[in-house]
Amino acid sequence: MSTYSLSDGLASGAPRTSRAPLLATWIRESGVGVLASIAWIAFGLSCLWWEDVGDWSRTHSLGIAAFIIAAIALFGTVGADYLGSAGQALHKRAPWLVALGAFLTVWEVATAKFAWLPLPFFPPPQSIIEVYTDDLPKLLDSVFASVKLQLGGYLIGATIGFLTGVSIGWSRAVGYWVHPVLRFIGPLPATAWLPIAFFTFPSSWSASTFLIALATGFPVTVLTWSGVASVSNAYYDVARTLGAKPSFLVLKVAIPAALPHVFVGLFMGLGSSFAVLVVAEMIGVKAGLGWYLQWAQGWAAYANMYAALIVMSLLCSGAITLLFSIRDRLLVWQKGTVKW
Amino acid sequence: MVATALTKALTHPAAGAALDIEQISHAFDIDGAELPVLSDVSISVEPGEFVALLGPSGCGKSTLLRLVAGLDKPKAGRLREDEERIRRPHPSRVVVFQDPTLFPWRSVWDNVALGLEAQGILRSQRQRVDDALDLVGLSSFRNAYPHQLSGGMAQRVALARALVNDPKILILDEPLGKLDSLTRITMQAELVSLWQRKGFTTLLVTHDAEEALVLANRVVVFSERPARVKADIRVDRPYPRHRGDPYLADLRRQILGLLGLDATW
Ligand SMILES: Nc1ncnc2c1ncn2[C@@H]1O[C@H](COP(=O)(O)OP(=O)(O)OP(=O)(O)O)[C@@H](O)[C@H]1O
Ligand SMILES: [Mg+2]
Repeated sequence: MSTYSLSDGLASGAPRTSRAPLLATWIRESGVGVLASIAWIAFGLSCLWWEDVGDWSRTHSLGIAAFIIAAIALFGTVGADYLGSAGQALHKRAPWLVALGAFLTVWEVATAKFAWLPLPFFPPPQSIIEVYTDDLPKLLDSVFASVKLQLGGYLIGATIGFLTGVSIGWSRAVGYWVHPVLRFIGPLPATAWLPIAFFTFPSSWSASTFLIALATGFPVTVLTWSGVASVSNAYYDVARTLGAKPSFLVLKVAIPAALPHVFVGLFMGLGSSFAVLVVAEMIGVKAGLGWYLQWAQGWAAYANMYAALIVMSLLCSGAITLLFSIRDRLLVWQKGTVKW
Repeated sequence: MVATALTKALTHPAAGAALDIEQISHAFDIDGAELPVLSDVSISVEPGEFVALLGPSGCGKSTLLRLVAGLDKPKAGRLREDEERIRRPHPSRVVVFQDPTLFPWRSVWDNVALGLEAQGILRSQRQRVDDALDLVGLSSFRNAYPHQLSGGMAQRVALARALVNDPKILILDEPLGKLDSLTRITMQAELVSLWQRKGFTTLLVTHDAEEALVLANRVVVFSERPARVKADIRVDRPYPRHRGDPYLADLRRQILGLLGLDATW
């Protein structure tokens, strides 16, 4: 009885949607994409319509670029059916394109055209573009230096932290000696070591590597340790009755079981090591994005600061994304057992 | 090499081992107080015998199984497998715990392969893993992860993980306890046919007198904690056994009486 009434409802519901006016459907499907296009046209016009209040060389190019993006958004939306996954990707991001276009328009008008925001502190978009085109070599050098320092320190810290965590979790003797040290030193922010580190290490580069490794190592150690310590004895019992030796128990039972915790530690370590990286670059190492920021501040080059900040945030979020995808690959088995 | 493997395969019935449980006593310390759990338990199991252990909850059955497996050391008494002292776990005595305890990070196949991998012989014996999965009828789930299995399937994987090692003594701690009655009856039949084919010695803990009588040659009934052997009953009936068999029904009444339930059951 109830089944019948259910399918009745479905049958009468189907034609209702097909009867809907075509225009309304089209607007629902493509409206946001068209809106995105309009927002970027507005941004392009805002660049070209009025005169700049200052002296910026990229205003014209920026306006043209905005029109090109507007055109891509429009054709991508109209021709979505022929573009396959690219069209779908555009469709999904269309609301963000609208927001971005609107934001850039307001920014452009508020800075370059009418200077509603005080000028040297709030540079217009074109001046940031100018940094990317004219100061590229220096910026790239800084990016390279930062990535090198961060990667070296992070890998060292993560490796040592992981090994220490496993040892503490596994061996009572190691735990006896390392645990109090960890308790005492671990919670100290790594930046507190900065003055000492720069004196005692042979180079500022090695000092910064040490600090980044320290900032990474502490959370990785603690979480690996707690992960290993919380592995259920039942797993060890099973493995032992099947003939497992201690090395097997560590490598094939304790570590894989603790891996979800280890990744939490790796994420926390990544966050705190970014902080140390920037501070170390500002204070000690005369290279990298942190130093670039410092340098730009010294020259009151605010556009350069914003440009560097944007690059920095792209790098940090890229690193986090990379770590996420590594985790997803290693912990496929968790999918479905926990909410990600 | 090939020749020995062949003869081994031909003379396959890796006959079960004898198990001697001699005057075992065991106790736990709980907050300084001693909790006696096993008191002078002696059971002598012939090679290839199927022995069911029955007793009230918390009397010490699982504890005894852990001692037999070699996971813990008894406070007093001796355990021997084929005349050899049991001092530590060995893959000739495999336990299927009440909880399947599959490793969630390993696929079904890798879970079953665990024993061979731990003993370092997986590379040359991969076929055995496939065979064990076939045996429990889960070949098509070889790449699934444990969380994708039903409770009964997980339990069967745990059984395959034990059987792949060709144990001489198979130790089962209420392996069917959590299953629904239908799956349970099917798995009981599978267990008997496996045991008959392979010839291993079996030690099965169960709460269920009927299950014990359908499966075992011998039923050992324990007292309340600390467990003592209260009765040791031989079940001389051919397999497959019928649940309605009046002989078994009679034994069941007797056993329930020993467990403290009156005869109206
Ligand atoms: N590791 C332990 N530490 C302390 N006491 C324990 C430990 N393991 C078991 N016990 C105690 O030993 C007694 C027997 O436990 P055991 O698990 O052997 O019972 P069981 O007969 O298997 O019960 P059930 O049929 O309910 O599984 C229980 O009272 C329990 O509290
Ligand atoms: Mg038990």
